[in-house]
Amino acid sequence: MTRVALDVEGLRMRYGTNDVLHGVTFQARRGEVLALLGPNGAGKTTTIEILEGFRMRSAGRVEVLGTDPAHSDERWRARVGVVLQSWRDHGKWRVRELLGHLGSYYADYSTELIRRPWNPDELIAAVGLTEHTDKKINTLSGGQRRRLDVAIGIVGRPELLFLDEPTAGLDPQARREFHDLVLHLAEKQGTTIVLTTHDLHEAEKLADRILILNAGRIVADGTAQELAQQIAGKDEVRWTYGGQRFIHQPSASTPFVFDLFQRYGAAVANLEVRVSSLEDTYLSLVQQTESHPSRATGMNSSKENQEEAAR
Amino acid sequence: MSLTATLLRVGLSRGLIELRQSFSGTELIGQLFWPVATLTAIHLLRDSSYGASGFTLGTLALPGTLGMFIALGALLVIQYLTADREDGTLLRAKATPNGISGYFIGKLVTASGSTLAYLAILLIPGLFIVDGLDVASVGSWLTLTWVLLLGLVATQSIGAMLGALISTPRGAGFVSIPVLGLVAISGVFYPITALPEWLQWTAQAFPFYWLSLGMRSALLPDSAASVELGESWRHVETICVLGAWAALGLIAAPMVLRRMARRESGSAVAERRDKALQRIG
Repeated sequence: MTRVALDVEGLRMRYGTNDVLHGVTFQARRGEVLALLGPNGAGKTTTIEILEGFRMRSAGRVEVLGTDPAHSDERWRARVGVVLQSWRDHGKWRVRELLGHLGSYYADYSTELIRRPWNPDELIAAVGLTEHTDKKINTLSGGQRRRLDVAIGIVGRPELLFLDEPTAGLDPQARREFHDLVLHLAEKQGTTIVLTTHDLHEAEKLADRILILNAGRIVADGTAQELAQQIAGKDEVRWTYGGQRFIHQPSASTPFVFDLFQRYGAAVANLEVRVSSLEDTYLSLVQQTESHPSRATGMNSSKENQEEAAR
Repeated sequence: MSLTATLLRVGLSRGLIELRQSFSGTELIGQLFWPVATLTAIHLLRDSSYGASGFTLGTLALPGTLGMFIALGALLVIQYLTADREDGTLLRAKATPNGISGYFIGKLVTASGSTLAYLAILLIPGLFIVDGLDVASVGSWLTLTWVLLLGLVATQSIGAMLGALISTPRGAGFVSIPVLGLVAISGVFYPITALPEWLQWTAQAFPFYWLSLGMRSALLPDSAASVELGESWRHVETICVLGAWAALGLIAAPMVLRRMARRESGSAVAERRDKALQRIG
């Protein structure tokens, strides 16, 4: 079995005359948690909908679990799980009733290695909804509803799970619980997870690897640490010496400061070291895009921008 | 084969669960409203005799209303499809293996089950309200069965087709206006022979008239055919018109439904939700 769960090369998407994705290329290994991070309108949702097989692409090569999602069959569908943010469906159903029902579609796709579907009671326990087993779904809170959405997403024990903006609209407590759930899934089940978010902290917390998407292009790709080195700016050191102010941007601030003290000792005053963070860089990136959407993206009036802006 | 069996089983269980939901709690009141209103109308008509036919209007109308409720099943399907697209139920089905097939089987089970429930709610008390129905013979029930089956296939497939073409629950609301107009001219409550000829022809192009006629032919004695057009039950014509609608629905509905399902995506659902919120807010 191949170790690559997701292989995207030169992916392009065009609505009318607006290009939303300009040749996006990336891969995800099996078992990896990959975050697509970017500001609103960057093309995250379009990308993930193409991967989910819900949207046709304009050009490029896409393989998800070895299959082109545009020409996928039900067997492939059984290996993929999808969690969206805007689902309000099946409000009159009860939690266990719905999970039992949706699970039954997967029974025909059970294999030696992967037993499908997940037992509904175990699944409900795994997402922490045991107390709400027999509740009507439209009586669940926002956080509980999202847990149910995850449970539905994984009821067929998917090899690959898509989470599109999974924590949008959740309060901090529900958000943290949701993060724990996702981490647990990735760790215990070995599920490959692809999630989109515009929250850097969420990406850092959940993902093994982060792709930053901006204006339809991937501008950075790596672990949180690698990204900090790739795109973060330099640290800034300020001090005064002999009544004069100095500002310097050394490539490594700790050895620089050490050297400074060795040379001038206690005569160095008002020392300040500002460590540049990934957050600063990412925020400035987002700010650029949001304050000058047309300049930064060239697709101000695109469908995706309107859709994402409406959220 | 095993896949087909699974699908039928899953679709059936889905349909029955949603059928139970739509007939429990507060939903039940809404479900009972129209059948009870119809029964009230029949009750009021039970003593007015129609011309020299020897039948009361109530007796003539009860079978016709059964036909009407079969045809109104199309509106149920339209409502289901538009509501389920707006809240993401259909997208959920799309994200599930064979989910779309299971979804449609389930919807047809729910809509057919609701229709059967309406017929029982009308017919059982109706038998005590009006006199002169011919329900003792096997032939009556055979006719009722084939008219019912043909009617369900025709009206629900047409409903599925329209439901796929109409994009919002609001749009579904507008469709019910011309449908109620059709009911008015289809001789459900009063024999169609009383209407101007051009309205008679209009009515005969649609299933309402033929379903009502078919139900009258099943439940009324043969002598009642004297008040019909051509003084006959016209079974051949009934089969032809209902069959033509069924064929149209069965051919067109899967194509339209596939197109509808293909266009479903998370952002499409989000967009509809935002529009719905704008209307409210």
